[in-house]
Amino acid sequence: MVNNKYEQLNDLIDQYLNSFEIVKTNDGTNITLELKKDDLIEICSLLKNTDALNFSMLIDVCGVDYLHYGIGDWETTKATASGYSRAVQQNTIIPDPDEKYQEKRFAVIYHLLSIDKNWRIRLKTFTGSENPPIVQSVTGIWNSADWFEREAFDLFGIYFDGHPDLRRILTDYGFIGHPFRKDFPLAGNLEVFHDDLEQKVKYRPVSITTRPTVPKVIRKKKNS
Amino acid sequence: MADSGNLTLNFGPQHPAAHGVLRLIMEMDGEVIHRIDPHVGLLHRGTEKLAETKPYNHSIGYMDRLDYISMMCSEHAYVLAIEKLLDVQPPIRAQYIRVMFDEITRILNHLLWLGCHGLDIGAMALFLYCFREREDLMDCYEAVSGSRMHATYYRPGGVYRDLPEEMPKYKANQFISKSKVKKLNYNREGTLLDFIADFTERFPSKVDEYEALLTDNRIWKQRTVNIGVVEPERAIELGFSGPMLRGSGVEWDLRRKEPYEVYDLLDFKIPIGLNGDCYDRYLVRVEEMRQSNLIIQQCVAWLNKNPGPVIIEDNRLTPPKRDLMKHDMESLIYHFKLFSEGYSVPEGEIYFPVESPKGEFGVYIVSDGANKPYRLKVRAPSFAHLAAINEMVKGHMLADVVSVLGTLDLVFGELDR
Repeated sequence: MVNNKYEQLNDLIDQYLNSFEIVKTNDGTNITLELKKDDLIEICSLLKNTDALNFSMLIDVCGVDYLHYGIGDWETTKATASGYSRAVQQNTIIPDPDEKYQEKRFAVIYHLLSIDKNWRIRLKTFTGSENPPIVQSVTGIWNSADWFEREAFDLFGIYFDGHPDLRRILTDYGFIGHPFRKDFPLAGNLEVFHDDLEQKVKYRPVSITTRPTVPKVIRKKKNS
Repeated sequence: MADSGNLTLNFGPQHPAAHGVLRLIMEMDGEVIHRIDPHVGLLHRGTEKLAETKPYNHSIGYMDRLDYISMMCSEHAYVLAIEKLLDVQPPIRAQYIRVMFDEITRILNHLLWLGCHGLDIGAMALFLYCFREREDLMDCYEAVSGSRMHATYYRPGGVYRDLPEEMPKYKANQFISKSKVKKLNYNREGTLLDFIADFTERFPSKVDEYEALLTDNRIWKQRTVNIGVVEPERAIELGFSGPMLRGSGVEWDLRRKEPYEVYDLLDFKIPIGLNGDCYDRYLVRVEEMRQSNLIIQQCVAWLNKNPGPVIIEDNRLTPPKRDLMKHDMESLIYHFKLFSEGYSVPEGEIYFPVESPKGEFGVYIVSDGANKPYRLKVRAPSFAHLAAINEMVKGHMLADVVSVLGTLDLVFGELDR
């Protein structure tokens, strides 16, 4: 029964969105539309305002940084002479403010829900090579996007054009950098401490080093 | 008289009614709120980033610490998302156990909410009564997982272990006499399921007691009726879920609409409100406690009749039996591999929502085929709810902010992540 519903949705998507350039992945109940960021607003209003689709609710907006996607810490196909300690080497990149990003570095993911039709869909759009990354804001379509976009801006540095109040939300007042980017170190850059002489709280570079205890290992499923 | 203009007032972050660490900047005209700007993130710990650096199983415990009032429900979403990616199905007994503990968690959450909401508005005694019942449910958590709050009990593939055959008992000492202990232990002589069954017998009358204190209470109604009204269209527009959405009259419950585990086999009702004010949301949550109680009774009855495995026996995913590991080489290898490297999850992405007591708690995982999630995003219901506070309290009095904050049922562990 559930699958019928999503087959119907799949057909409706083909019907209504055939004029757009989209890449659709569908494994039954889990439909993802990868769309060009220029089409975002048009497609979103279409998804919301078409009665047959009726995506009345925006559940979530989040960013993803694809910088290290598919890169493991540890080569597992060959035997390793140097063993476990190799995992401690992390592929850290020092951010460069003028850097042009890879085409598929930052993505913004939207999860939509239709209360009436009881189905969900995921939209995905890459921000392209622009620095800073920027996409159109969907706050005009769904009001709930407000804080979710602020969060994506705070954590990934993705700008949302047309957002009424794009401020940081989760990090500290005066925070520098965007912590969920893959090139941002896990332990951060600055730590706070109390200066006993000056009697105030100050910042200094972090004094701890991150030591991953378990390396990231990618294993492809064997043909069993 | 000179116009004094608007007053800007700071509320929190350390205020008992702020439910943790919420800072509100309020622009007020006299005692009337014009605009509220919530400052959140004071409890931001970067859980999602931490989870990206750890094998999947290491993060189950972090999920408890997100919404630290409804611990197992957050675990549930995470575990279900992993199971969906791995394409494994837990044994039916495990599903019933999870559903039972989800509902126990729902009662735990609503009891704390009711107690604190009452306390904020001025009903002191209620808080003590609610915590009395919470204590018994905490004991269930402890009996099953060894921990009163942060259980880490659910696993991809089932639950960590089967329900215990006996409950921990009080012991006599210099302060508690033997006769007192006997009285305290009267419902702890049987199994955990007997203890829970006894609780579900007692609980409806306790809910009646809370309702006797509040439902027709003049002060309670003056503080909650017509406060923070949200129209159903606005509730949908603002991304509300759970009791916040149902309080506005939208019949939407993931347990019914997108049933996971065994919810489609269980019999329960979805209460909805009419006016979308604080009072209706109170009524919805109280009724949800009664419905959860019924679900627990059905689960207890099923679990008593149907013994069986509670976790799948796939050693790539779950640890081998301890005694087997001692003399079986293969089990030892699996054990080592699981506890050092973990398991790799096939490439893909999944969003899995569950109906947590506060609303739709969803986990979005992007996997690149590694033993750690590439990206983990936690969709916290409170986040969307707090974002709407400006709209909900505009034009209300300062004292109503406390009522609205209470009705939102915020927990900053999940809001700030």
